[in-house]
Amino acid sequence: MSKTDTTESAAADEASGAALSTAPREDREDTATGGPVLGVVGWIRWFWRQLTSMRVALILLFLLSLGAVPGSLVPQTSADEMKVQAFKDAHPALTPLYEKLQFFDVYSSVWFSAIYILLFVSLIGCIVPRSRQFVGQLRGRPPGAPRRLDRLPAYTTWRTAAGPEEAREAALALLKKRRFRAHRAGDAVAAEKGYLREAGNLAFHVALIVMLVAFAWGQLFKSEGGKLIVEGDGFSNTLTQYDDFKSGSQFGTDELEPFSFKLDSFTGTYEKGGPQRGTPRTFEAAVTYSRGGADRKAVIRVNEPLKVGDSKVYLIAHGYAPVVTVKDGRGRTVFHGAVPLLPIDNNITSTGAIKVMDGYRDKNGKKEQLGFQAFFVPTFAGAGQGTMFSQFPALDFPVMALTGFHGDLRVNSGLPQNVYQLDKSKMTQFKDASGNKLAQRLLPGETMTLPGGAGSITFEKDVKEWASFQVSQQPGNGLALAGAIAAIAGLTGSLFIQRRRIWVRAVRGEDGVTVVEMAGLGRSESAKLPEELADLAVALTAQAPPTAETPRADPEAVPETAVPETAVPDTTEPADAPAEDPAPSGEADK
Amino acid sequence: MILAATTDESLARMSDLLVYSSMAVYTLAFFAHIAEWVLGSRSKVGRTAAALTPRTAAATAAVTVRVEQAGSTAVLDKPKVVTRAAAGTRDVPDGPGAAGGTVKGDLYGRIAVSLTVLAFLVEASGVVTRALSVQRAPWGNMYEFSTTFSTVAVGAYLGFLLAKKNVRWIGLPLVTTVLLDLGLATTWLKTPSDQLVPALDSYWLWIHVSTAIFCGAVFYLGAVATLLYLFRDSYENKLATGGNPGAFARSVLERLPAAASLDKFSYRVNAAVFPLWTFTIIAGAIWAGDAWGRYWGWDAKEVWSFITWVGYAAYLHARATAGWKGRKAAYIALIAFGCFLFNYYGVNIFVSSKHSYSGV
Ligand code: HEM
Repeated sequence: MSKTDTTESAAADEASGAALSTAPREDREDTATGGPVLGVVGWIRWFWRQLTSMRVALILLFLLSLGAVPGSLVPQTSADEMKVQAFKDAHPALTPLYEKLQFFDVYSSVWFSAIYILLFVSLIGCIVPRSRQFVGQLRGRPPGAPRRLDRLPAYTTWRTAAGPEEAREAALALLKKRRFRAHRAGDAVAAEKGYLREAGNLAFHVALIVMLVAFAWGQLFKSEGGKLIVEGDGFSNTLTQYDDFKSGSQFGTDELEPFSFKLDSFTGTYEKGGPQRGTPRTFEAAVTYSRGGADRKAVIRVNEPLKVGDSKVYLIAHGYAPVVTVKDGRGRTVFHGAVPLLPIDNNITSTGAIKVMDGYRDKNGKKEQLGFQAFFVPTFAGAGQGTMFSQFPALDFPVMALTGFHGDLRVNSGLPQNVYQLDKSKMTQFKDASGNKLAQRLLPGETMTLPGGAGSITFEKDVKEWASFQVSQQPGNGLALAGAIAAIAGLTGSLFIQRRRIWVRAVRGEDGVTVVEMAGLGRSESAKLPEELADLAVALTAQAPPTAETPRADPEAVPETAVPETAVPDTTEPADAPAEDPAPSGEADK
Repeated sequence: MILAATTDESLARMSDLLVYSSMAVYTLAFFAHIAEWVLGSRSKVGRTAAALTPRTAAATAAVTVRVEQAGSTAVLDKPKVVTRAAAGTRDVPDGPGAAGGTVKGDLYGRIAVSLTVLAFLVEASGVVTRALSVQRAPWGNMYEFSTTFSTVAVGAYLGFLLAKKNVRWIGLPLVTTVLLDLGLATTWLKTPSDQLVPALDSYWLWIHVSTAIFCGAVFYLGAVATLLYLFRDSYENKLATGGNPGAFARSVLERLPAAASLDKFSYRVNAAVFPLWTFTIIAGAIWAGDAWGRYWGWDAKEVWSFITWVGYAAYLHARATAGWKGRKAAYIALIAFGCFLFNYYGVNIFVSSKHSYSGV
């Protein structure tokens, strides 16, 4: 059906550039279906027609951009839960409303999803008929010449001594040589070029769908886990090893890529002077990894994740892990290891907890647990400087302040516990001889003795660094990239290629001299079209040379145009008429 | 490696000096443009009115065929191509330009363009020395974006001039905003030369940020044309409906190109840049994928790039939708550019985002 359809409609608006696009024509049957006899089917048809119209697509595009705005102004759960909580605390009155409107999860909200799903349904509803129509145009031939070529946007004519048949042959050969699709149609040659424009436009819109599918697929099947690793330690990619783990609803844990890696060393360098003193310059994590086979070395940097199979390992954060040794009253080591501490500012002032859970007995031999609160600065301001905060992110003058507790850490209470904080509800703080709470600032190598023969804690000379990594697996990335590339290519074709038609008519005039008429029609008015037509005309005059008295370019055309505009099908450029006609192009074309 | 990458103080000082000098030259160019407008003639006023009032369609412009083989006598009378505007569009001639066809005005116009060329060269050297002083792409903070941005905008304008496009009318608004942009950059956004934080240290910086700046600069030219189109269009509407525009409109708007030409210019510019803007966003997504482990995370910067993109897509759609062409499409284009600006100033300064590296 499409074939006859297109040729008919092409004939109807032959004088308008709209025929060069498969863009849907607006509201063509609204009045027919708009009557009171609208049944259910009628309504559905009406709705569908509305949804797939350019105007509704435009409105949906509007809504999409408008709907994206709140998510950039209100903190989003998906990005930063802490910020969301802070916002909720700061705006208790707004919170219920915002929650109802799903403002904390805009991009997965019902209303945002509704907008883009409608848009994509509209898009599909638009692409399918347009593709069909386009294929019809490709199978068919460029439509025959309009009766009045002089009405077209670019026109030229001359009289020639060559016969009409000869002139048409020459025109056909010329146009074919210029890679037009051309054929003879009656007394004229019809030609068209630039089909890649439509193809590019369709490819672009299809690519948008591909990108959406890839994005959705990625969301469903992705997995993302975080792991903090101290220098010298390792990690193997199983669920239990993660500190935290998130995945899409369709992700199965057996899909985790089997590999392991070890953090050999972490290097951070910082700006040493100037106004940006302390700004990080390089972060590098040297790792050894293996995928079942031989060990391999790699360096992970901020912009350079390690790729292992489908997984990528990103360097996310770093900090210090001072090594401490805890001994009981009898000098037995009950804890020795690096304790990762969390940075609280840009100079990596860090806090954390040291927990001795097993093996410690007090001086009476009773089983107990020990806990220390640690406050660590890599660069100390100096005693008496009034601040315990770090002055520089590098390990220039490390100092650790400790306070000690004993009792029950409540690690087995069943409540999830933060490894960086002490639950002091069942702990007692150590006091020194004069009854003050025990707190001491240690340099590397120094030891704090616990009172009453309770043992000691040593801040070892070795301060390690830790790095935290995000291991993510996101299928669909390749597809999304392919879609993106196709979108750009299609868009480029669609915007830079002109689709245009050229007609050449050659007939014998009343005086027996051949009259050649050439006209061009483009999708949009373009300076290129007249130029191209002129080029073609010049080329054609080689075979059909003008006779001396070529008439001026159609003098009759001038008064003709003063005819009321309704006579001219004008889908290309309706006037900016103050009267809002919803269907200026509503000529019956079907 | 760190040693080699430290900033070279004297180069940095030179860069500052060059940027300040370019501001001085732009100021001179600004005054020359003002002189061009003031001294330019208004004698041709009325062309538009003449073309509009009796609405004849006699406005078919003739394009003469360039004949390459002009040897034979038979080809003396070459075929002429007659072009005609599509039905419904006004066929109004372009205004004569700021100089209004007078010798004096034109002289000042030429002086203005020459000064703009000079200022452009000085500013461009400022950007380059800044880059040399830090040995990296000069796009690490808002001061650097802003200086590069205006350099590229002026460069694009000069490029159009060089290609013999009729764009001198954009000179005055462009130079004015360039001065504004540089004023902002050198006062509020000023950041000393320095190295990049590790997250910005990637070759994607070269790709993504350079295209983003380029898109912004060219979108800006499109937006100026769109804005002028709106003014000029109301002027033409007024004339066509027998209205009587004020003296200012008669003098200034009359000298601008026809509304149709301005509209076409802004469409061409916006449409040509749109694929590059699409590419910019995709390049940014790839970079984000490398730096943060996800290519799209609805970060504020990403959101506003997306909004800008959808805005321009809506503009292109509007131009193909009956009832939305012309002024309505122009409003959409302006909104889209507004989103671009907000993404630059608003998101960098007011919204907390992973992309907060404004340096202010
Ligand atoms: C996801 C949303 C969409 C985006 C981002 C988008 C983007 C674009 C862009 C950038 C163009 C410009 C290319 C050109 O002017 O040739 C375009 C053209 C076009 N779009 Fe869309 N589009 C979307 C949805 C739709 C829908 C739903 C429809 C169907 C109603 C549609 C129909 C068209 C048509 C017919 C053209 C060609 C206009 C012409 O020939 O000038 N688009 N689209």
